[in-house]
Amino acid sequence: MSKGTLFDKVWDAHTVGILPSGQTQLLIGLHLIHEVTSPQAFAMLRERNLKVMFPERTIATVDHIVPTENQARPFADSLAEEMIQALEKNCQDHEIRFYNVGSGSQGIVHVIAPEQGLTQPGMTIACGDSHTSTHGAFGAIAFGIGTSQVRDVLASQTLALAKLKVRKIEVNGELNPGVYAKDVILHVIRKLGVKGGVGYAYEFAGTTFEQMNMEERMTVCNMAIEGGARCGYVNPDQVTYDYLNGRDFAPQGDDWEGAIAWWNHIRSDVDAVYDDVVVFDAADIAPTVTWGITPGQGIAINEVVPLPDGIAADERAIAEEAYRYMDLQPGKLLQGTKVDVCFVGSCTNGRISDLREAAKFARGRHVAKGVKAFIVPGSERVKKQAEAEGLHEIFLEAGFEWREAGCSMCLAMNPDKLQGRQLSASSSNRNFKGRQGSASGRTLLMSPAMVVAAAVTGQVTDVRELI
Amino acid sequence: MVSEVKTVSGRGIPLVGNDIDTDRIIPARFLRSITFDGLGAEVFIDDRHQAKGQHPFDQPQYQGAKILVVNNNFGCGSSREHAPQAIAKWGIAAIVGESFAEIFFGNCVAIGIPCLTADPSVTKQLQEILTDNPQADIKVDLETLQVTSGEFEGAIAMGEGARMMLTSGTWDACGQLVAQRDQIRHTAAKLPYVTWSKLAS
Repeated sequence: MSKGTLFDKVWDAHTVGILPSGQTQLLIGLHLIHEVTSPQAFAMLRERNLKVMFPERTIATVDHIVPTENQARPFADSLAEEMIQALEKNCQDHEIRFYNVGSGSQGIVHVIAPEQGLTQPGMTIACGDSHTSTHGAFGAIAFGIGTSQVRDVLASQTLALAKLKVRKIEVNGELNPGVYAKDVILHVIRKLGVKGGVGYAYEFAGTTFEQMNMEERMTVCNMAIEGGARCGYVNPDQVTYDYLNGRDFAPQGDDWEGAIAWWNHIRSDVDAVYDDVVVFDAADIAPTVTWGITPGQGIAINEVVPLPDGIAADERAIAEEAYRYMDLQPGKLLQGTKVDVCFVGSCTNGRISDLREAAKFARGRHVAKGVKAFIVPGSERVKKQAEAEGLHEIFLEAGFEWREAGCSMCLAMNPDKLQGRQLSASSSNRNFKGRQGSASGRTLLMSPAMVVAAAVTGQVTDVRELI
Repeated sequence: MVSEVKTVSGRGIPLVGNDIDTDRIIPARFLRSITFDGLGAEVFIDDRHQAKGQHPFDQPQYQGAKILVVNNNFGCGSSREHAPQAIAKWGIAAIVGESFAEIFFGNCVAIGIPCLTADPSVTKQLQEILTDNPQADIKVDLETLQVTSGEFEGAIAMGEGARMMLTSGTWDACGQLVAQRDQIRHTAAKLPYVTWSKLAS
């Protein structure tokens, strides 16, 4: 059993009590909600005549269904309009802070909370969204929940939970040029599997993560769930504090000093005990791309799509399914495969540093003929910042579309969708069958730089060739 | 309205395959709704369409089944409760599998659907039994932790906390949680970030 880790300390500090079932009643310090998983929870509250216990500790935004082209109300999709109206009404009725479209602070929930300093070390954070693990980048214990649990948090600010084990994932060394945080997490998931993390919280430790900026750490923690781990975190350090300092909801004045002392205190002890430790070498990580239908089916860009013989017995059935669905040949390189759509955005890679990196490779080049390529900033603030830096002009000149903020084609609940069997190069987090809006659409996950490399060449490309 | 879930009996339905994700259980386009109504008809809709009538959820012999038998990492992916809601609304009352994704498992408990884990030998045998004899009755017992069908008997498992919540009828935790208001306020007051928080302003 783990001892002395950040996970243990934060868990203990938020334990309200032990329920008769033996589960922990855990206080949730920050609750984030969006339009998809909250309306039914509010309906349940109404049915039971319950109020929101701490309305100031729930923050709302709208992200999944937001159109990224024409945002005029009412939305063209009447179902989307109904969802945003429900959220507007629920937030008004329950006095919940809501960052609506056009507020200047709307965006993907996992982008806006960190950028406003809402996400802080030592917090417990829950949201009806599996990518809530993102917030672990700050040394928070952050995880996704379902709608009945959203109801529980609204009503009591707590959840009934069983404690997780803690696995330390240590990566040491410098990343090679053209290798990004996205490649690190795709590599980890590839090695540990998509269910390897079930029952665990992942602590990302080692010099590679220490050298990452906050947005890179968010990319890593964001995809902990794709490795089966409900939450992932990085211990807070000076990089974390420098990022937070001065943000809207960050502590100020005397509180700031007290905060740093507490944040340092909740870091994992040097002699902390872990349930498991896995070590990787950063030098072994290359630009990584998925070839299949789970985020664990990844390969280095210079490797071939694995042959059935090279796949573990219990992974072979899903591999066979992936060959058929993706129509990719085992034993062949992915490089050179023609792509139809290129998408940069999502809670994984829709932040300003992602757009800066994408722009670096778009500058002076042009999207290949026949390829649809579009950039979706993670939030209204990211969009504004990118425009202040002139990034949008670089993208537009290169033939990319420049859109409004939202989840967009990560899961295609808005009008941004693949058509038919289109192949997408995507900076998002899931390559599941049908994920990007077409029941037969296909997704290759990769870093934003790799997506741009694919867009300008029209095919899957090793971004290192463009450096 | 909350009831004890100690045993589930009925006919079963096999769904073979690892890593069946929540996007396959219920594609995102069906999440464009403010209720969970109607999800039962849309469960596995794209897989069913592609299987052209040969998907177990479409096959006549499995209509009315209550116990779903799956393999590894079932329910991976998003936190959408729409996934277990869709499965439950189709008629499923218990799921037996080799392993379950964590959030999916929790969502199932929260709506009173037990997810029991079993060795691959058990799930595979159950799936074979159900393929050979779709009318076979299955019983899942959360107290003896056994799954039985005719002569067949296999061990099943479940985390103790979740099992207790189901068998004692406390799987809808909301009432229990809300009852601890004073203790919740006490715990919150001790957290430094609640003190310096600017959220209330």
